[in-house]
Amino acid sequence: MARYITKRVVLLVVIIIFVSIATFFLVHLLPGNPATTILGPNATPQNVAAINRQLGLNKPLWQQYFVWIGNVFQGNLGQSYTTHETTTSIIAQAFPIDLELIILSQIFAFALAFPMAMHAARRPNKLFDQAANSGTFAMLALPPFVIAPVLVLLFAVHWHVFPGPASYVPLTQNFWSNVHTMLLPSIVLALGSIVVYFRLLRNDLISTLQEDFITMARSKGLSDRRIMWRHALRPSSISLLASAGVTVGSLIAGTFIVELLLQMPGLGYQLISSVNQDDYTVVQGITLFVAVAIVLINFIFDFLFTIVDPRIARE
Amino acid sequence: MSERTVLEVENLEVAFATSRGPLRAVQGVSLELEQGKTLGIVGESGSGKTVLSRAIMGLLPRTTASQSGSVRYKGAQILNAPDDELRKLWSTHIAMVFQDPMTSLNPVQRIGHQITEPLRVHLKLSKSEAKETALSLLMQVGIPSPTERYEAYPAQLSGGMRQRVVIAIALACAPRLLLADEPTTGLDVTVQAQILDLLGHLQHERDMAMILVTHDLGVVATRTDEIIVMYAGNVVERAPTNVLFKSMAMPYTEALLNSMPRLANPSHTRLTAIDGRPPDLLRPTPGCPFSPRCPYAQDKCHVEKPSLVETAPGHSYACWYPLGAGRRDGNAPAQREPVVP
Amino acid sequence: MSSVSLTHPTNEAFADIKGEIAAEEAADTTKKRLGPLFWGCAGFIVLVAFLATFASVLPLPNPDLGNYSSAQNAGPGWGHLLGTDDLYRDILSRLIYGARVSLVVGFGGALIGLALGGIPAMISAFRRGRVDTVLNTTSYVFLAFPAIVAVIAIVSFWGHSLFKITLIIGIFAAPLIYRVVRAATLSYATRDFVLAAKALGASDTRILTREILPNIMPTIVSFGLIAVATIIVLEGSLAFLGLSVQPPTPSWGNMLNEGASLLTGAKGQTNPWLVIFPASAMFLLLFSLNVVADKLRAYFDVTEIKL
Repeated sequence: MARYITKRVVLLVVIIIFVSIATFFLVHLLPGNPATTILGPNATPQNVAAINRQLGLNKPLWQQYFVWIGNVFQGNLGQSYTTHETTTSIIAQAFPIDLELIILSQIFAFALAFPMAMHAARRPNKLFDQAANSGTFAMLALPPFVIAPVLVLLFAVHWHVFPGPASYVPLTQNFWSNVHTMLLPSIVLALGSIVVYFRLLRNDLISTLQEDFITMARSKGLSDRRIMWRHALRPSSISLLASAGVTVGSLIAGTFIVELLLQMPGLGYQLISSVNQDDYTVVQGITLFVAVAIVLINFIFDFLFTIVDPRIARE
Repeated sequence: MSERTVLEVENLEVAFATSRGPLRAVQGVSLELEQGKTLGIVGESGSGKTVLSRAIMGLLPRTTASQSGSVRYKGAQILNAPDDELRKLWSTHIAMVFQDPMTSLNPVQRIGHQITEPLRVHLKLSKSEAKETALSLLMQVGIPSPTERYEAYPAQLSGGMRQRVVIAIALACAPRLLLADEPTTGLDVTVQAQILDLLGHLQHERDMAMILVTHDLGVVATRTDEIIVMYAGNVVERAPTNVLFKSMAMPYTEALLNSMPRLANPSHTRLTAIDGRPPDLLRPTPGCPFSPRCPYAQDKCHVEKPSLVETAPGHSYACWYPLGAGRRDGNAPAQREPVVP
Repeated sequence: MSSVSLTHPTNEAFADIKGEIAAEEAADTTKKRLGPLFWGCAGFIVLVAFLATFASVLPLPNPDLGNYSSAQNAGPGWGHLLGTDDLYRDILSRLIYGARVSLVVGFGGALIGLALGGIPAMISAFRRGRVDTVLNTTSYVFLAFPAIVAVIAIVSFWGHSLFKITLIIGIFAAPLIYRVVRAATLSYATRDFVLAAKALGASDTRILTREILPNIMPTIVSFGLIAVATIIVLEGSLAFLGLSVQPPTPSWGNMLNEGASLLTGAKGQTNPWLVIFPASAMFLLLFSLNVVADKLRAYFDVTEIKL
């Protein structure tokens, strides 16, 4: 077991190193020059050269990379060329929005997908199951950029149930307003997850319910509900856990899109605006943060998975 | 039917709906069982014996299995009864021991919990009462140091011990009827005898009725009061145990007996298998279902299906040309050598 | 069934068995049809492709330039079947021309991904060895990186042409396609019939194309369609953010963008049709792709038993 963990940790470190290199070069191999951005109309050649020296942009790329990495380890992700805020503070303000969005949407997704899957697994291929399956196809065909405008049209413009875009209220300011503004985006984001969770759980439940120990549990005179909750659910949740790592990436992508659509100042919004303003440091910082977060989350889920099913570690 | 009668099955038929037509797994089976007695049901795989035991208990999925006939437990009709009524009987009156304890125990639950579950749900025992009872049950089924084993997961026990746990679970609420479906298949031979002895002992102690389903004649030889031999969903012979072994009438029963490997035989003795393959239950052939493989089959056997007829008291069989020179005109089959199983 | 004892099988008995098997197969009514829903969805996809391809030949108003004699933000009517947008352009025409973007990026990106990811996957999974390990680890690393961030950054800096977008998305789709094709190839590469072909002296290329490829084709086709759907979603999201093909060129994503900004009343008027029609078109296309992919998968999956 220990060997397996060390192997995974080493892989984790390697991946993070690669990711940081990729991030760095991604930003630096693209056209554009931060100096001209900063200077704007004052971009004379001497000024540009001076800024370059000041920012260390005239050194070879490899050196710049190590300087940057060194700074990162000290918690310094640089600062924005335009607003002069530190990247870390930008991230710190934007990140909680995405976090809350993700958490809320996953709560919705689980709350809906679990009962659906349990009901469908009881009577596979019958009416409810078929309807639920068709429903998931429909949900797959409603990605955030399609469903969000429609929902805004219906619920914000037409019926005034939810607030429209650009109406985000921070949690610290007003709890209920915050929840009110978060509901629509969370629902939009939850759709994709519902599909994944429902399918996985339903399939797993169906195969678990065919196992001998379920027949035995029935013969013990236990109620169907008890069998479903106490006996069938636990073994079936394993593949949910296994796939959780994979779905995180697309979840983050969806989160960015949703907050951009509804104009909430999360990481996606910051990313796009810094990209538009050629604000390389911020782009780099945010990208690194997100990439490392995804890698870490994948690693944690992998680890949890081996705890639940120790056989994996022995491979 | 006496007041000691626990189970009465009349003309039970079970058919499964498949895409290629109905599969008739059990065809017209009748039997009776009294308190304290053991019935053995013997047959190959595909003979319908497992379906029969599940149908008696009521465990078959209603959606795919159509059941007709009558199954009475202590006079009450339980065939096709609704699930919530059956649940009142399961575990408290009728219980089942399944074949493979590795798959019939929940792998992620501790065995102590699996034993106490029916106790708490049906008998409404408190947590501590249930635990005490469970520990006592573990001792009764012969598991040493039960307090340690109580917290174990099924994978941590040996095959024999797992089966003992399954028996403990089945007997937890003191049922009156126990159905044991191949309880020893897959266990070591030495462990098999132990488990069967245990079952017999517990049955005796509790005056339960028991049905032993198996493919192995040796299992039922000394542990049953009556034996039913099944083939292709039909009962082909029924007799009290000693009568069956002394004077078996069905060629199939004889073939089963001959196919048992005997310790007494010299090593490298060829195993006698029954020629041919089990019948296709989807398209039953006319005539006796065993006729394609029967070494004594005659023309009539392939054309007309013999019905179950009782010749000697308690002894019925379905064969046109039973063993021995006797024909089906009332003569009893010739006496055979007593067979020591 | 003949009365011949099967103790000593004869030709007669064999003939009997063969006849039995033939009768079984004929009577096998296990339903493996594709169903009307499949054909409906497949037909829709073909229809959209047809309209997009022949858009310039069809009698459609100019999608890029508005016609000031028409109404603005009108609902569906005679002159304009699906109405107009706020720049006096015909929505139906924009919808059909916009389909080009989705289809080209979707299918083009998937093909690029298949070429860049699928072909190396088959070869390396079959040969195994160092190359396979390196490629596999690389795909892991690639997949660990948040693709959307990278695509946003690259497209913003590099350019918005249809070709560039298709290429970029195709490149980022390659690792995932690689993983899937590799897994599928592996499951067949170890089987005996491949070994038998090798023993007969078949070259690797021959084995790959003649033995393995036909077997993994169903997986590739059905996963490929899912990939197309996913890519269309990705492009649509980018378009919504203004990062795909630029206006006035229509794409369903940027039409939704315009529709959405109109909703908030930023320009003083609303046009729900600019949201409803592109959204419906996108919905129907994605739905059809997913259904077709799933039905194909079920059709070819011989291990799936339906009672």
